[in-house]
Parts: sequence; structure tokens; C-alpha cells
Amino acid sequence: MRFVDEFRDPDLAEMLGARITALCEPGRHYKIMEVCGGHTHTIYRYGVQDYLPDDIELVHGPGCPVCVIPMGRVDDAIAIAERADVILTCFGDMMRVPGGNGSFVDATARGADIRMVYSPLDALRIARQNPDREVVFYAIGFETTAPSTALTVMRAKAAGIRNFSVFCNHVTIIPAIKAILDSPDLRLDAFIGPGHVSTVIGCRPYEFIARDHGKPLVCAGFEPLDLLQSVFMIMTQFAEGRSEVENQYGRVVRWDGNLTALKVLADVFALRPYFEWRGLGSISHSALRMSDRYGDFDAELRFKVPGVRVADPKACQCGEVLKGVLKPWECKVFGTACTPEMPIGTCMVSSEGACAAYYNFGQYAKQRVHLEV
Amino acid sequence: MCLAIPGEIVELLADNDQLALVDVVGVKRRINVGLLDGVDLRAGDWVLIHVGFAMSKVDEREAAEALSMLETMGQAFTDELQAVAHSSIE
Repeated sequence: MRFVDEFRDPDLAEMLGARITALCEPGRHYKIMEVCGGHTHTIYRYGVQDYLPDDIELVHGPGCPVCVIPMGRVDDAIAIAERADVILTCFGDMMRVPGGNGSFVDATARGADIRMVYSPLDALRIARQNPDREVVFYAIGFETTAPSTALTVMRAKAAGIRNFSVFCNHVTIIPAIKAILDSPDLRLDAFIGPGHVSTVIGCRPYEFIARDHGKPLVCAGFEPLDLLQSVFMIMTQFAEGRSEVENQYGRVVRWDGNLTALKVLADVFALRPYFEWRGLGSISHSALRMSDRYGDFDAELRFKVPGVRVADPKACQCGEVLKGVLKPWECKVFGTACTPEMPIGTCMVSSEGACAAYYNFGQYAKQRVHLEV
Repeated sequence: MCLAIPGEIVELLADNDQLALVDVVGVKRRINVGLLDGVDLRAGDWVLIHVGFAMSKVDEREAAEALSMLETMGQAFTDELQAVAHSSIE
């Protein structure tokens, strides 16, 4: 593990922190949003904020795909799963996401056949093994995950597997960032760009953020020093009066992304005119449906889907947390009525949600700093 | 589900152009490498795997970093490895 040590070296972190502090303009407060749940996790796990001066505030964005699923989309899938001929498959993270009428775990207890899978290709295998059942894959995720669903559907079509379909909840990151930029609640100065999503879409789609909104964006890796380095790159841009897209995670992210993945996305999916995000409301052109060419594999067309719309629970402030307006611990129900064991909001369900990350690690980071002082 | 787990390619499967056998933390599983079309892949190469698909080829150093990062995640990583162990991609 000799490789890793240098990415966690506290001396290097202190040194970067000092260089970042030196770049701060006196009296100015900087708000930097990381839009990726993996980054949120690293920030809390390693107390990255503690290496930064008080004038730099890290704000958590809507980059957790489980967290943005509205309750109605859970209810719709349960309505499909309650048919005797259906096997609903999903990633493990989805099982406890509350809908208006309970979660998938609750639906399973009522007799629905809902199975966790690691990969959409496992869902396709289940379809092969159960030719007399309809197997539906509950697809979630940003551009990181959508190409996997797309290739799976292409394989299903090529193999002539007719009893497989996709309930598509894939979302796209750029419209979500646009919605946040247009939100009157929040003044942001810069972005830390997502790691895995950028592996697929590359760095180019972010250019409007730097060019039209004047806000630097740096695509970052997942190590604590990656994040500090990214903040340093952002602060250097401010100091030099620049606003650009830069790539700190060049060891994995290519500027043009993954062209094969982008091609299968364009082939298998089409943009929805609008899609409802939990907490953020309806965002235009922000999600994917099956393209007309692959319409036979669209579970929403194959089954009569009620199209349920359910308002977010009143007590839950996930929307404010997803937009970075509130910190997790500022939510009224954080850690009391809403915990990872009994979540009210989605941010507490997924381990990449800001609330769950803070609940599990945030307090420890604060204790550790306290001990060091 | 958002995790990307490093795996070492053991063998590119001759009977299916998109499948490879990889070693993920000691567990051998089939994954799909169709998204790395045009990338030179051989046994011994490392890839980052997301929901059963190789997302990118990385060097051994990046793979070690990614693994060490995942090990700090506790239950989330344990759950993911358990899901991988139950996976059987065709």
C-alpha cells in the first residue's frame, strides 16, 4: 500500500491547506459545491473541511442517484411488482427508499417478488432463467450507470429476450447543475466536478458553467488529497482571474469522456421532456427514457403504470440538503426522526447521501480534530 | 451502487467478445468489458468495475488507491462485495 500513503499524508494535506489559505482574498467567503456523493463521503470520512480555512465552505450537491428518486417512482414500481407474473429487480440501495406506500422491503413483505441484483446483467440472467415471468429492472443512476443499462438492453435485444424490460429512472447531471445555478436560494462560487460521471461524459459538457456563469469547475478524484488539490486549483483560478474547467483526475477521466459509452447512451435512450427530482421538483430534459428503437423494453409502456405523484414528506428537508442550502445536521429531523435505520428522506438511505455520510462519519471527524487540538 | 471496484483481468473470454473473468478482492467473477471497446485489454490489466461493467482501465497504483479508499467505507463496501459475490453475469 505504499502507493496510497502519499494521498493521505497529513503533512501534505496541511501544506496544501496553507497554500489554499494564502490564496484567499481577505473578507471573501467562498462556497464550493461538490456534486458527487463519493466526494461527500470522502469529505466527511477524512474531515477534509478541517484542512481548509473558515472562509472556504464545502457545500454538498445532488449527486446521489438514490437520493433524487421521488416517492411516486417507488410507488409506480411497486404497482408493477405486485403483479403475480412480475419479478422486479433493483440495486440493493433502492430497497429501503420510502415511497408513499412504503418501500420495496415493505412490498416484499406484502408478497411482491423483488430481488436485489449487483448488475443489470444479473437481471437479464434472471429473465433468461424465468421465461414464464416478466423481469423488470428498476434502473437508477447518472451517466456513470446508464451505459450499463444501455448495453444490457442491447444484449437483450440481440438475444431476443422478450420478457425483460427496464423501468428507467436514469438522470443526467448537467440539468441538475443548471437548476442549482438558477436557484435563487444559493450563491455558489465554484464546483468540484464528479469523478465517475466525468469518466463517461468527459469535461466538455461543464464548459458553460465556467464560460457563461463565471464559475470554475475542477473534476476531482476521490482521495482526500485529490479534493484538497482540486480546491487549490479552484482558488488558483480565482487568484489569477480565470474561470475554466480543469481536470484534476486525469489518471482516470479523459477530456472527451468515453465515446463508446456516449454512443450506446444515444442509441438506447432519449431525453424525457421533464422529470421530477426528489426535493428539487420538475427539471426539464433531466432524465432518460427508452428510445423509440428500444421502446419494446420500456416497462412504463409494457405495464399500465399509475404515474403516481406524491409530495415529499413535510418534515423532510432533503430538497434543501440536495441543493446545498442546508447542511445535514440543520435538517429538523436529522438523527432524531430520520436515521439510517428508519429513514424519512432519501439522503439518509444511501451511504452516499449527505445525511448518511455525516451521520456515520461526520461526528467522528469533529471528535478527531478536537483531540488533535 | 455508485462504487467503482478495482479488479484484475484474469482472462478475456474467447466465447463472448464482451466478457472477461476478473479477480475482485480474491473473488473471480465475469464482468462486461463492452464499454472499453477499442482499449487494449490483457490478462494482468486492472479495471474499475461499476455494476458489472468495466468503466476504465487503470494502472496498478490507481487500483490500489481505489481499493484502499473503498476499505474505509465499512458496511457500504462489505455490502457491495457481497453483491459481487452473488453476481453471475452471462
